[in-house]
Amino acid sequence: MTVTAGLDVGSTYTKAVILAGDAELLGRAMNPTGFRLREVSQSTYEQALEEAGVREDDVSYVIATGSGRHQVDFKDLHVTDLTASARGACALFPGTRTILDVGGQTMKASRVDEAASVLSFRLNDKCAAGTGAFLEKTARYMGYTTEEIGALMTTSKEPVPISGVCAVFAESEVINHLSLGTAPADIMQGAIESLTGRSVQLMKRVRAEPEYTLIGGILRFETMGRTISESLEADVNVPEADMVQYVSALGCAILAGRRLEKLRSDDGVAAAARTPA
Amino acid sequence: MAYSAGVDVGSTQTKAVILNEDRAIVGRSLIDTGANVIKAAESSFIAALGQANIDEEEVEYVVGTGYGRYRVTFGNSQVTEISCHGRGAVHLFPETRTVIDMGGQDTKAISVNAEGEIVDFCMNDKCAAGTGRFLQAAAAALDIPLDDLGPLSLQGQNPVKISTTCTVFAESEVLAWIGKGKKIEDVLWGVHQSIATRSVGLLRRVGINDEITFTGGVSLNEGMVKAIEGRLERRLNLSADSHYMGALGAAMFALDHVMTGRAPVGSEVAS
Repeated sequence: MTVTAGLDVGSTYTKAVILAGDAELLGRAMNPTGFRLREVSQSTYEQALEEAGVREDDVSYVIATGSGRHQVDFKDLHVTDLTASARGACALFPGTRTILDVGGQTMKASRVDEAASVLSFRLNDKCAAGTGAFLEKTARYMGYTTEEIGALMTTSKEPVPISGVCAVFAESEVINHLSLGTAPADIMQGAIESLTGRSVQLMKRVRAEPEYTLIGGILRFETMGRTISESLEADVNVPEADMVQYVSALGCAILAGRRLEKLRSDDGVAAAARTPA
Repeated sequence: MAYSAGVDVGSTQTKAVILNEDRAIVGRSLIDTGANVIKAAESSFIAALGQANIDEEEVEYVVGTGYGRYRVTFGNSQVTEISCHGRGAVHLFPETRTVIDMGGQDTKAISVNAEGEIVDFCMNDKCAAGTGRFLQAAAAALDIPLDDLGPLSLQGQNPVKISTTCTVFAESEVLAWIGKGKKIEDVLWGVHQSIATRSVGLLRRVGINDEITFTGGVSLNEGMVKAIEGRLERRLNLSADSHYMGALGAAMFALDHVMTGRAPVGSEVAS
């Protein structure tokens, strides 16, 4: 059985997936990226290997993606986030035609064909207002950590509108709402809805069509998937639990398998060509 | 003696200035705005009255300005901070035709005439990039007091290139540069350069004429002064009262009313 690995060094979290064959997930691991990208790539990889119960030598091919992919010393190849997420999303949901990926510091929308090739994409990586950083900031202004966001939002009854123009300007808005006695949960839900607005806008710009698959760290907040679904007036695919965060790493590991197959068959053809008839 | 007052409720700090009828500043105060905007306006006014050593009743007219100007509950009318900075700057530096006002959450480039009236202006209204908040983010990321940023940045020899536009992402970029072994001074000088580039862009959009006066809280930062002067290759007018320019302009408008009995030109609502 061929074992491959996928590494996704994102702006906020680094993810690793170890895969056997085309579909058997052997192990995975995730750590905050921080500022030592080489070290965190290595340690996350090692943790995933340990969970998979395989040694580094057992892994035949490693593909890396994410904004920090160039810092992964042990990779065989790197691919863009869009290629990786398309492959991962289509593996989990074969009917996927539009992907929305909302991460810590970027938001990406892409349209893909049935072979998981990217047809078009739009991204925001210039402004925190359309990314997870917006939620993190909003939470922080109210004294909550990122981990507390999910639980907080489930108690929201009447979300208040939060303008999604700038994550910094949102602070004054949050303070105004708090001083008027608005519940933090309703402010948080308002922030999610503002992020939803930006997501749907970005998806429209790639002429989104079903099926819609939503991935990235922010989708671990269930309410995000629900509000996007309501806004699109359509069903959406969301990978279960923390798999939302591993889709691109998974895509890399699958691509690694394909790549290896191709290399081997090329070798075979080359070898056959060298063999005298 | 008749007096007027201007209260400038900014996003970060609230400033109050008391003028006598000779247009001399007799009292000023500066406090953090905080969450209770109404209280901040009152407290700064009371502190300025204390410094002027006069009673509230002696102040005949109060103009509120800044983003919280409608929360100056004791204000007689409100004037936008753009008009106030223009008026204040031309009062202190009569040759001023361009004003750059850099505050906690916004940066404005204002073009004015000899009377201190607004000819044109532009500002960052959608994004906190290039404002005082960018400096705050850097200070928070590096755990350095805000007031030390300017002096430290001036020790920078080889500024790093800050590539992010967004203030939120700049925080990570600052730490990333430190992680790569860059000196704090060089990172800070890079941060100042990045803000200076954006503010000079704003200035060019309104057109740079004659003297330029730098106002707002960030004008106290020598590093920012040097960075903007370097980009423009010319000197900026600065005063110890640059930070109070909005409140000073508001007090000037209020004094117009005291002297003429008419509502200040450009005032929005007389309450």
